[in-house]
Amino acid sequence: MKETEITDKEDFLQQLKEKNEKYQFMREINEPKEKEKSGKLANTAFVVKDAICTKNTTTSAGSKILQNYKPVFNATVVQKLKEEGATFYGKTNQDEFGFGTFNTNCAFETPKNPHDTDRVVGGSSGGAGAVVAALDQEIISIGESTGGSITNPAAYNGVIGITPTYGRVSRHGLVSYGNSLDKIGVLSKNIETAAKGLKVISGEDPQDQTTVSKEVPDYTDLEERTNLKAAIPKQYIELEGLEEGVENNFRDSVEKLEAKGITVEEVDMPLLSANYSVPAYYVLAMTEASTNLAKMSGIRYGLEKNPENYEDYNEYFSEVRTEGFGKEAKRRIMIGTYTRQAGYRDQYYIKAAKVRTKIIEEFKQVFEEYDVIISPSMPNIAPKISEARDMNPEEIYAMDTLTVGPNLAGMPMISIPNGKSEGMPTGLHIIGDHFEEKKILDTAYTYQQGEK
Amino acid sequence: MIEKEEVKKVAENARINVTDEEAENLKEDFKSILQMFETLEDIDTEDTEPSFHPIDVESKTREDKPKETLKKEEVFQNTSNEEENNFKGPKVK
Repeated sequence: MKETEITDKEDFLQQLKEKNEKYQFMREINEPKEKEKSGKLANTAFVVKDAICTKNTTTSAGSKILQNYKPVFNATVVQKLKEEGATFYGKTNQDEFGFGTFNTNCAFETPKNPHDTDRVVGGSSGGAGAVVAALDQEIISIGESTGGSITNPAAYNGVIGITPTYGRVSRHGLVSYGNSLDKIGVLSKNIETAAKGLKVISGEDPQDQTTVSKEVPDYTDLEERTNLKAAIPKQYIELEGLEEGVENNFRDSVEKLEAKGITVEEVDMPLLSANYSVPAYYVLAMTEASTNLAKMSGIRYGLEKNPENYEDYNEYFSEVRTEGFGKEAKRRIMIGTYTRQAGYRDQYYIKAAKVRTKIIEEFKQVFEEYDVIISPSMPNIAPKISEARDMNPEEIYAMDTLTVGPNLAGMPMISIPNGKSEGMPTGLHIIGDHFEEKKILDTAYTYQQGEK
Repeated sequence: MIEKEEVKKVAENARINVTDEEAENLKEDFKSILQMFETLEDIDTEDTEPSFHPIDVESKTREDKPKETLKKEEVFQNTSNEEENNFKGPKVK
């Protein structure tokens, strides 16, 4: 894995610092001190999304309420990477607790897109995408996706991002957004790196009951595959707000796949339309988030006050939480509290969970005949930061339409760069059935053969 | 249609303080977001079981053997509200 090897560590650190000055993708840079183990990832740098616990390095999940939190342990994925000799270089900026599409909801900084600093880096793993794009050196950037937060920044920054199947990678040590939705994955420049990183971090973990015992295949054994059938959900192509440049690049990608012998056909997937998949996702995500964030209460860790000034626990909790959470976090917590309240739970939470079953069924039906599902990764190029800030919540949620469906269904997906529009990168989204990471990696690899 | 008072009650449940103005703004947010959620009613889920996870998840248990625990310094590493090896909280009325 020569291309990830750093030959001059001092020079790399210098570059990381300089680029970070310009683009603010890092929450905190770590200057490695200890000698690493030897392994498959010797001399490979890795960075980790802020919400993933790193021992004695600040882990804030983009939130003021965890501003000074230093975990006493490493998340399983961090441990696995270190065990293979990878070198830890710090935490990347993100939207607070994963609540965002553009990384404009970070309590610390809003990172800038390396392709155009007036534009967003995407989210919520925005920093994780930007760092890969900004550096000359290939690295492993660990991100996390709940509704699209790996493939969104991958597309906007012109890099590769892979979101594995739910349960493929341990969430132990991840500050949870939605326990049935969160998936840790990899962003990188090259597909070989993404495959290698995914292989290292995958696998059953006794500390995460939702991980599966299924064997992890050798993802790095990338193969060209042309005997494949790809489906395009027509609901994605007919999406309102799909930019012309994005669509053109997608059509070019389809032609390219067809030229390689891959069959591409349109299919009807009604539940993937914006008015079903987006609410189904957001009901579940917000409901789960509201319970997960109940633990942020100013006791034991995180933002705290002087308890002697309070005569009531609830008053104490409320003050800490009101000060510590950002606007979007508060909004989601409150809506999520409402949707699971007695009297509303059946109408919203249970209903959305049933719709999820139907969405999974819809995917499974398509996968009986097709190998992969493809679409543009995002409906647009990265918007300008000022435009993103002007959007109302529902406009922003609708931007996630292309990613929430597969994320809700726990399907694996990869975004690979497929051209530019108005000077900005666009991405091709390749979705597979559960545990078909090898197939989507091979499809992406096949797509890229013959490029440059 | 959610009222401002109901928004305040939800906020209280969620342990988040809201001003009158914030409650008014949140009322509008609630209105439009809940409206978005209502389209789910179009989908027939009569004979459908809910999926609380996207894949089958089984409960796994471990042996009931004591493991290494955190050291005291680690336990209190992230707080200054510590007294006599306890976490300190507000008085209870």
